[in-house]
Amino acid sequence: MDEIFGIPAPLLFGQLLLGLINGAFYAMLSLGLAVIFGLLNIINFTHGAQFMMGAFAAWMLLAWAGLGYWWALVLAPIIVGFTGIILEKLFISRLYKLDHLYGLLLTLGLGLIIEGVFRNQFGSSGLPYRIPAELSGAWDLGFMYMPIYRGWVVVAALFFCISTWLIIEKTRLGAYLRAATERAELVQAFGINVPRMITLTYGAGVALAAVAGVLAAPIYSVNPQMGSNLIIVVFAVVVIGGMGSILGSIITGFGLGIVEGLTKVFYPEASATVIFVIMAIVLLARPAGLFGRA
Amino acid sequence: MSFSRRSVLATGAALGMAPLSRARAQANTIKIGVLNDMSGPYRDISGPFGVACTKQAVAEFGMQGFNVEVINADHQNKPDVGAGLARQWYDQGVDLILDVPTSSVGLAVAQVAKEKNKAYINTGSATSDLTGAACQATTVHWMYDTYMLAKSTGSAMVAAGGDSWFFLTADYAFGHALERDTANFVRSAGGRVMGQVRYPFPSTTDFSSFLVQAQASRAKVIGMANAGADTINTIKQAAEFGITRRGTKLAALLMFLADVHALGLQTAQGLVLTESFYWDLNDRTRAVTRRLLPHLNGAYPNMASVANYSATLHFLKAVKDMGVAAAKASGTEIVNRMKAMPTDDDAFGAGSIRVDGRKLCPSYLFEVKSPAESKGPYDYYKLLGTTPAGEAFRPLNEGGCSQVRS
Amino acid sequence: MSSETTLTAIPTGVVGKQAPGIWGFNGSQLIALLLLVAALGLAPFFLYPVFVMKLLCFALFACAFNLLIGYVGLMSFGHAAYFGMGGYIAGHAAKVWGLTPELSIIAGGLVGAGLGVLGGWLAIRRQGIYFAMITMALAQMVYFFCVQAPFTGGEDGIQAIPRGKLFGVISMDSDMAMYWLVAVVFLMGFMFIHRIIHSPFGQVMKAIRENEPRTTSLGYRTDDYKLVAFILSCGLAGVAGAVKTLVFGIATLTDVHFSMSGEVVLMTLVGGLGTIFGPVIGAAVVVGMQNYLAEMGAWVTVIQGGIFVACVLAFRRGIVGEIGNLFKVKL
Repeated sequence: MDEIFGIPAPLLFGQLLLGLINGAFYAMLSLGLAVIFGLLNIINFTHGAQFMMGAFAAWMLLAWAGLGYWWALVLAPIIVGFTGIILEKLFISRLYKLDHLYGLLLTLGLGLIIEGVFRNQFGSSGLPYRIPAELSGAWDLGFMYMPIYRGWVVVAALFFCISTWLIIEKTRLGAYLRAATERAELVQAFGINVPRMITLTYGAGVALAAVAGVLAAPIYSVNPQMGSNLIIVVFAVVVIGGMGSILGSIITGFGLGIVEGLTKVFYPEASATVIFVIMAIVLLARPAGLFGRA
Repeated sequence: MSFSRRSVLATGAALGMAPLSRARAQANTIKIGVLNDMSGPYRDISGPFGVACTKQAVAEFGMQGFNVEVINADHQNKPDVGAGLARQWYDQGVDLILDVPTSSVGLAVAQVAKEKNKAYINTGSATSDLTGAACQATTVHWMYDTYMLAKSTGSAMVAAGGDSWFFLTADYAFGHALERDTANFVRSAGGRVMGQVRYPFPSTTDFSSFLVQAQASRAKVIGMANAGADTINTIKQAAEFGITRRGTKLAALLMFLADVHALGLQTAQGLVLTESFYWDLNDRTRAVTRRLLPHLNGAYPNMASVANYSATLHFLKAVKDMGVAAAKASGTEIVNRMKAMPTDDDAFGAGSIRVDGRKLCPSYLFEVKSPAESKGPYDYYKLLGTTPAGEAFRPLNEGGCSQVRS
Repeated sequence: MSSETTLTAIPTGVVGKQAPGIWGFNGSQLIALLLLVAALGLAPFFLYPVFVMKLLCFALFACAFNLLIGYVGLMSFGHAAYFGMGGYIAGHAAKVWGLTPELSIIAGGLVGAGLGVLGGWLAIRRQGIYFAMITMALAQMVYFFCVQAPFTGGEDGIQAIPRGKLFGVISMDSDMAMYWLVAVVFLMGFMFIHRIIHSPFGQVMKAIRENEPRTTSLGYRTDDYKLVAFILSCGLAGVAGAVKTLVFGIATLTDVHFSMSGEVVLMTLVGGLGTIFGPVIGAAVVVGMQNYLAEMGAWVTVIQGGIFVACVLAFRRGIVGEIGNLFKVKL
């Protein structure tokens, strides 16, 4: 078989596929961030903690209520989304007129509190959560062994990303949302309850993070710090895609997953840094991000 | 569950904040400071459990003519916070600093202890520099180091037929040392190293790409030169990608009972790892575990937390032997006395401390049981082999420690 | 999307004329300065000297950071890079090259400033949140460099760095000797920053903060001013990092890590953005918390998070800003 840059082609192909799977997580998380930023103008640094809460909610549903993975996929986002709504009502709603910096610092603080409380309660080494029986096993693709669950992650992520995009771009509700992003007062004048819409949007963004958390629970260690490593990378994805651009964050999420996957083959030590290099270059060349409006 | 853990912390905090001016009481009080990770990734390895083990040792030692006070603090895995607290503690009358996981903090505290001439027993760091290039007359390294882990797991795996290795290494000093030491043992036992991949630490959560690379190398063993959540993620994903099912062995170079518990036996079964302590090893380990359990909130002791118990007992015996005043006067002297006395306790049995500060004890190679084999809570390991205390650690003359005169 | 740089909560203090003071300090600031100097002189006799030294290092770092965010309105999200690299260079200079402490500190400052030239040259092309993102990206690259470069010692860091002899004569091994050096360096840095702010250059900086397009239209080359301010801030951050390295005898990855960049934001915010004394108080609160909360064990992160939340919701002017507002003085 052929080699590409000294790496056997099948292996490289496999790595691209794995990168795409990681990209699915980036896309789902950055999608939530982008939705929240688009409407609330808040950089939600609690997102990592909310991703973690999704995974823990799945574990709690199983351990305490005996409800399995599929139930968790439905219930965890609702529960975590609801806690998001409470946070928005109590704290975040007070900051809409201020600089981005304050929203960022507030959500960063909330994230620290949530992480700390979970660590006190559940320890740091994590909890076990297994792949549901329906999705365990793997396909032998010839050049690599492909777990069925990873395929499911990509499908689920695409489903959630595309439906979010459709809701925002093609429905009446989405039209209100986009309108409120541009001119909140005007939309309010048409008799639409903008504050409530904002609150629900935050809840929905958080729910997306929780879905990602449930999807991640069977393959990553379910521990309190699982989100904090991811949040900076995801944030970089949003910036590269263009702050607030829904489509941008989806495409960039998948794209950067692939780029990162390739770096893991050619220069693994740099695989955590490559995204920031790209971010710096993009910001210098296209300040509003790849898909943002200047 | 969390109530009693919190009360352990509260006691530690209350003791720590007690006024330091009770000079008269202090002259006859030995103060032990447990400095470890209470809020970060290594919390479950020792953290509040290490503190509880220390207190249990103090309670078992009892009143022998002097008081013992235990305080504790969180070094947050930051070397400057750790070194700062260590300075402050030593200046304010702490006689022994204990635990100190994370190599960078462990090394920094060793410097402070030397400068202040106070005793320092490290039970939590893995760097073999503590008894090598950075060794001090005031330091005792009580537990595992990279050499011992590498030797036990590396040589044993090769002997069992795992003669070709691929390393998955966390890209920092600890990971590099573990990989280097293990690779040496693999080669000297006649094995081959097929390759390695160094991934960024601590920002990697997905290891599938590296696992696929490892599998493509056709190595029989994947050596995981990492720790904590990274190891757990690697193992979880290796199971997912069917790597273990298809005959490739995973060697966890640093793994604890708490990590196995976090994974669950279904995923962890068949793993090979090294610890110096397992609660179900013999009558004495079972006895000490029975005494410790009421203080551990349902967790079981591992080699890192229980090392605090063993080290505290030995330190207190040495204090009694040479007198409180002499013990408080010089860290070098008390450490010399500890080296002169044989160690003996329920957790590690009989042992000794070498001139370079290395505490000697056997290391055990374990395999994680399958769910069917496990009969009770934390019944996780079966013993595969033992490296005797004399051979488990790096030979005295190879460390480059300045305390060793040839 | 909006990318305005103005920070709405910057206290404007009293409006109108100010009584001419000494060296640009007004009356209340002069009192505060005297209190600060007195506190510097007395602190080591009441508090643990190493703790006070650490506090001063961070106070200088926060003051340097405040020079950018408080007076030019530039939010750097990667200042740890300059602080940490200053520390590494000073550590390397003192340990490997055997330089005296004052030369090591200068080396640290120069490297901080040098990196600042590069970072600033790239970052000032963008504004607001994008400026912050570029500085963050650059800091991540510096972190990567520090993990990979052999001289930094990776995760173990540079250990056992000697404090050396000041000017080759006075031994700095005792904590008190070191304390006076740190206090002097801090005070020099503090006065230097104050001098910058009250110079004509500083007036232009503030004009940029308030309204950059208008400043440009007045004929100022705002990019040049921003770059110089950035370099000065980075240089001072490097000095602070260098001093901290000498105090503790270690330089490690903690100081270049992203969370350190976050901590300095916290300090400045707690103390008060755009106030001269704010960062000092903020650093005292945050460092004090780290030190005394260490005994609280696992609750450290929760309490830190709580302080973030409380500051943003209730004390947006910061401690010093709120006090200044209360007494209608500019501190």
